[in-house]
Amino acid sequence: MSETDNIIFDTATRIFDDLSTPEVINAAEQGEWPEALWQAIEESGLTLTWIPEANGGVGASMLDGFAVIKAAGGAALPVPLAETLMAGWLLAKGGLEVGMEPMTVALLSGGDRGDLNWDGSSLSGIALSVPHARNAKSIVVVVDDSGDKSQVLEFALNSLAGGSLEISPHINLAGEPWDTLTFNNAVPTRCADLEDGTDASSAEALGALTRCVQAAGAMSTALELTIEYSMERVQFGRPIAKFQALQHSVAAFAGQVAAINAAADSAAEAVTFANVIDHAAWIEIATAKTRLEEAVNTGAAIAHQVHGAMGFTYEHRLHHLTRRLWSWRDEYGSESVWSVRLGEEVLQWGAEGLWPSITAVSDRR
Amino acid sequence: MSVTRFRFPYVEMPEVATELRVEVREFLAEQRANGGFVPMADCWASGMSAEFSRKVGQRGWLGMTWDKQYGGHGRSFLERYVVTEEMLAAGAPVMAHWIADRQSGPQIIKNAQPHVRDHIIPRIVAGECFCAIGMSEPNTGSDLASVATKAEKVDGGWKVNGTKLWSTGAHGGDYMITLLRTSPVDTNARHEGLSQFIIDLKSPGVGVRGIADIGGQVHFNETQFEDVFVPDDYVLGKVGGGWKMVVGELALERSGPERFLSSFIVFQEAMKVLVNNPADKTKEVLGQVVAKIKTLRRMSLGIAGLLQEGASPEMEAALVKDMSTNFERELLEKIRSVLPQHALVSLDSLTANLLREGILRVPSSTLRGGTNEVLKGMIARQLGMR
Repeated sequence: MSETDNIIFDTATRIFDDLSTPEVINAAEQGEWPEALWQAIEESGLTLTWIPEANGGVGASMLDGFAVIKAAGGAALPVPLAETLMAGWLLAKGGLEVGMEPMTVALLSGGDRGDLNWDGSSLSGIALSVPHARNAKSIVVVVDDSGDKSQVLEFALNSLAGGSLEISPHINLAGEPWDTLTFNNAVPTRCADLEDGTDASSAEALGALTRCVQAAGAMSTALELTIEYSMERVQFGRPIAKFQALQHSVAAFAGQVAAINAAADSAAEAVTFANVIDHAAWIEIATAKTRLEEAVNTGAAIAHQVHGAMGFTYEHRLHHLTRRLWSWRDEYGSESVWSVRLGEEVLQWGAEGLWPSITAVSDRR
Repeated sequence: MSVTRFRFPYVEMPEVATELRVEVREFLAEQRANGGFVPMADCWASGMSAEFSRKVGQRGWLGMTWDKQYGGHGRSFLERYVVTEEMLAAGAPVMAHWIADRQSGPQIIKNAQPHVRDHIIPRIVAGECFCAIGMSEPNTGSDLASVATKAEKVDGGWKVNGTKLWSTGAHGGDYMITLLRTSPVDTNARHEGLSQFIIDLKSPGVGVRGIADIGGQVHFNETQFEDVFVPDDYVLGKVGGGWKMVVGELALERSGPERFLSSFIVFQEAMKVLVNNPADKTKEVLGQVVAKIKTLRRMSLGIAGLLQEGASPEMEAALVKDMSTNFERELLEKIRSVLPQHALVSLDSLTANLLREGILRVPSSTLRGGTNEVLKGMIARQLGMR
C-alpha cells in the first residue's frame, strides 16, 4: 500500500493526530460520542472513500480507503469509520446512494453472532457484537436469497419501514460499543440486489480484512511507543533500550509488525484489484486473519513487558492499542476459524497444487 | 502517529517472469521424472550436483541479472527470483552453483580486475565454475571483524596463512572469496585492515577438509592455507576495503527465498499423506503454515522489488531472515505433529526420509549467514536502540 504522496491518507492522519487524542478516546469509552472528530471526518469526505462517484462517492481507490483504515487503527480511532466504509461499500454494490453518516454492518450468522432470518420482506432474530450500533444512523445486513442473488438491506434506525429493531449496549475488550441487536419482523428502509460476486460471506470477509488492516496500524503505533519508551526509561544507569535482552524482544516485535503489515497489504491489494471479494482475495484475507493472532499475541505482550507497570495503567495510552488488538483478533472470525477454512482450501490444492497456488498471488497477469 | 519503518512493496511478476516460471517448472518436472535428481531438504546447502548445475547454466538461469557485457543475461531480479524459488520449492540440487550465482559473481563483477572477471564470470554463467565463502574461522563466528587469517605482501602478490571454517561447498568449489587481514588489528578500528581475495582452491598450499554435520553428511569444510600465493590482481577491490564489501555481500546472502523455502519440499511431500482423512487439527495446521509461508513470501518478494529499485534493504533482509529461519523449524515441527505414525516411522517413503533429513539440517538455518541473535542486534540498531 502506498502511504506516501497520498492526499487522502495525509488528510486522515492529520485529523486523527489532532482529534483522536487519548482524552477523546477515554471519553468515548465512557460513552461520550466524539462529535468534533466525526464532523471532521465527514467534512473531509473520508467516509466516502470506497464509494464510486456514481453513488455519491469521491471515486478514490480502495487502497486509499485501506490506508485510511490502517491510520485509523494506528490512532485507536474511537468512531466507526471502518464500519461506515464497509457498510457504504456494500450499499454501493447494491447500486444504492450512500450518505455520510455513521453506519455499521450486522452479520447474518456465523459462530457466536446469533442468527438472523430473512423471510424475503422482513428480518427477525438476534445479531451479537455489532460494532458501534448505538452510534450508527443505519445498520446494513447482507442476506443470501434462495436464488443466486444476494441482497443488501439497510435499516435506518429512525425510519424502519415496519417491525422493530432494539439495541442493547455491550462492549468489547477495548470498551468499544459491541451491541446486541434484536430484529422483530424489521422491514428494511431500503434494499437492493447485489452485484454478482458479493454475498453474505463477502461482508464477513471484508470485516475480517478491516480488522487486520486496523491491527497492522495499531501494531505499528505500539511498536513506536515501545521503542520511544525504551530509550527514555533509565534503569541501572542506562536507558533500558541498551539491554540486549530487551533489544531482542523489540526486534521480534518489529518482525511481527512487518509481517502483519505485509499480510494485510496483500489482502487489501487483492480486494482492490478484483473490486470484489473473489476467491483469490478470500485466500489473502484468510491468510491475514490467520496470521493476525501470532502478531497480536507476541506484539502486545512485548509492548506491555517493555512498558513495565507504567503501561499497565489506565492513564497510559498503550491500552488504547493493545485492548483493541486483543479484540480485533477475535472479531469476524478468530484465527482458529480462519485457519481451518484456509486449511480446507489447502487440502483442495493437494500436493501438486500447493506451490502453484502459493505463487498465484504474484502472477496475476 | 504514523511511521513506516520498513517497506515490502507490492510486486507483480511481469509476463516474462510468469512465462519463465512455466519453463522452469517443466524443466524441473522433466529432470525429476528422468532421475536427474531426487528432491532433498535444504537443497541449496546440501544438494551438490555439478551435472545439474551445468544444465541450469545451459538453460541460461545462472548469472541472470548480470550485465550482458560481462557474460550475464541482463535479466531482472524478479526473473531470477522466479528461477530460484522454483528450484528451492522442488528441492533441486542447486548447491554447487548457489553461492557463485548469489553473491560471489556480483562481487567479482563489481570489484575484480577486468581480466580476472572475464576469466571467471562466463564460466560461472555456464555452470562450470563454483565458489565458496571464506568468512568464518575457528575463532571467528558472529564476530567477523576478528578474522585472523592473514595475507602478507610479497613480490607480485600476497602470501596467505590461516584457516577458514564452515565454507559450504568448498570441497567442490573452484574459488573461495576470502576475507583476510592485510594489516594488524587496530583496536579502535577493528573493521579496517581487512581485504577480500579471490583464492583459487587448486593453488599449492590449500587444503580442504570436509566436516561431517550432525547427520554425518559433508557439506561444509575447513580450509587451510599454508603459504598460499595469491597474485596481486586477485585482490577484490581496494586493499583494506574488505569490510564494506562483506556487509554488502551479506545483504544478498540474507535476503533470498532460500531462507524460508529450505524445508518446503518436506511439506509438499507430506501433503500426499495429509490429504487422506484430515482431522480438524490437520486443517488448522495447514492453514497456519500456509498463512506464514504466504506472508514470508510476500516480504521476501518485497525485498526483491526493493533490490530491483536499486535500494539496499538491509533492515528488511535481517527482519525477514530472522523470521524465516525460525519458521523453517516451526514448519517441520507442525507438519510432523499432524503426520500419522506410520508416515513418521516408515523407512522407505520419501516423505519420512525428507522429514528426517529436514530435522537434521534445520539447526543450521538460524546460524548460517549471521545468527538470529546477531540479526536481532542489527534490527535493534536500525530501530535506534543501539
